[in-house]
Amino acid sequence: MARKEYAFYPGCSSQKGASASNYLTSVESMCKTLDIKMTEIPDWNCCGASVSYAESGELPRIAMNARNFALAEENLPGQDIVATCAACWLGSRESKERLEHNSGLMADTQLALKEAGLQIKVIPEIKHMVEVLIEDLGYDELKKPVKKPLNGMKFAGYVGCQTNRPFGISGESFENPMYLDKLIETVGGEAVPYDQKVTCCGGALAFSEPEKAQAQIKDIIEAAYDGGAEMIVTPCPLCQANVEVYQGSINKKYGTKFDIPVLYYSQLMTLAYGGSAKEAALDGNVVRARKLEEFAGK
Amino acid sequence: MSDLNQKMAAKYQNNFLKEIEEQAEMGEWVKMCMQCGLCSGSCPTNFQAGWDHPPQELFMMIRAGKRDEVLKSNSMWMCTSCYNCYVRCPRKVPVTHVMHGIAEYAYRIGQSPKNQPTQHLSKTFWDNCTKTGRVNEVKLTQSLYFKDGIGSGIKKAMEMQSVALGLVKAKRLNLLEAVGIAHKCKDIKGIHAMLAKANELEAKRKAEKAEA
Repeated sequence: MARKEYAFYPGCSSQKGASASNYLTSVESMCKTLDIKMTEIPDWNCCGASVSYAESGELPRIAMNARNFALAEENLPGQDIVATCAACWLGSRESKERLEHNSGLMADTQLALKEAGLQIKVIPEIKHMVEVLIEDLGYDELKKPVKKPLNGMKFAGYVGCQTNRPFGISGESFENPMYLDKLIETVGGEAVPYDQKVTCCGGALAFSEPEKAQAQIKDIIEAAYDGGAEMIVTPCPLCQANVEVYQGSINKKYGTKFDIPVLYYSQLMTLAYGGSAKEAALDGNVVRARKLEEFAGK
Repeated sequence: MSDLNQKMAAKYQNNFLKEIEEQAEMGEWVKMCMQCGLCSGSCPTNFQAGWDHPPQELFMMIRAGKRDEVLKSNSMWMCTSCYNCYVRCPRKVPVTHVMHGIAEYAYRIGQSPKNQPTQHLSKTFWDNCTKTGRVNEVKLTQSLYFKDGIGSGIKKAMEMQSVALGLVKAKRLNLLEAVGIAHKCKDIKGIHAMLAKANELEAKRKAEKAEA
């Protein structure tokens, strides 16, 4: 039996061929080393994300999240739900909180769930993958399997918004959370001083108002260079995509020469645990992390 | 004026604060604002052009009964859901949710700005993810590019070509999704039945509030 077992909620962007598929690959490799068993919630659905607020209405949005709770409870009883995506985590936690504090909302949600042949008895705990790592395992346990420390490599730990606010990681401040820096150091890397650590990447506005989002992304990347970082690391799929894929567009617009890889913490951990470039899904990075590709090959 | 808008304006006369408190999700928090402005200073989109009113200004305008200006404002639609205002507010006002609530109410009664891009995204995203239970990223992108017609859609798609190519090369964009070969939930029927019920109950709640 694995050391820890969870009901896994990977989310839409982590699926094969989707925008964060490299996140999923590296999380799977990392969990294998750490002996964490993640069982996908059967037939899970989208959380609705934050941006659907105008169209969804409160109850339909919460019903979508409640369906995942009911499926987890029915198929994986007693297991906490673990999300890797910031929006999935936030949407689930917000729904859990509202359902547990509003009996009218809960009653209506049960009526909706009944139409899908489901019901909620107890809503499982909902955790972000990062919480599993630092709360359920702890930095010491994360350090033990390190075979190849990322010595001499400089990273800007970009925490972003929704993994940090409004719930955040227990014991961390909203203004200067340290967990990502500590994770970088746990695998032997150097976390550079980074003053845009919790700045918003624009979120969904990267699609609807690209000029506004790209102005924010420009600041986020500039500060990473200013701190002396060679790469950016993040826990969020949308932060990762937004900060990585628009570098060309920003260069064109602002005359900058950005070319900085943006990685997931799980990719660093997989590599430090001795994993291959493939296991860390380095081929999934649009801005290739050449230094890490070489490192993985050694 | 839409029927619902006329009805609401008549119901609340000049008491717009009461209207927001009763009709908008989280609207009951507006009166807690003490006008310190921390939300406005914390907002990442406040530093960019096109912002009519920062949150604390909107809250004061609601109290002052500036109904049209508030409902027709584009300000709420600038929210990136970063939750900076939410965690910093000294009065613990969930500013992010209040902004979403006012936006949704303005949209529901037909008073929100037309062709507002994030409003369009909100609808497109929800329709997209509830159709099969999971987001179809290719179709989502297509419907965003082509919202203003084919000509401007092709132009936008051309501009974004290198971004798309990079993602395809990295196996993070599956073009087959365009023809519906995509990840889906198995029990789509159950999801649709559940949402139909949820929509029915949501409409009932809102109608009850409007009639109360």
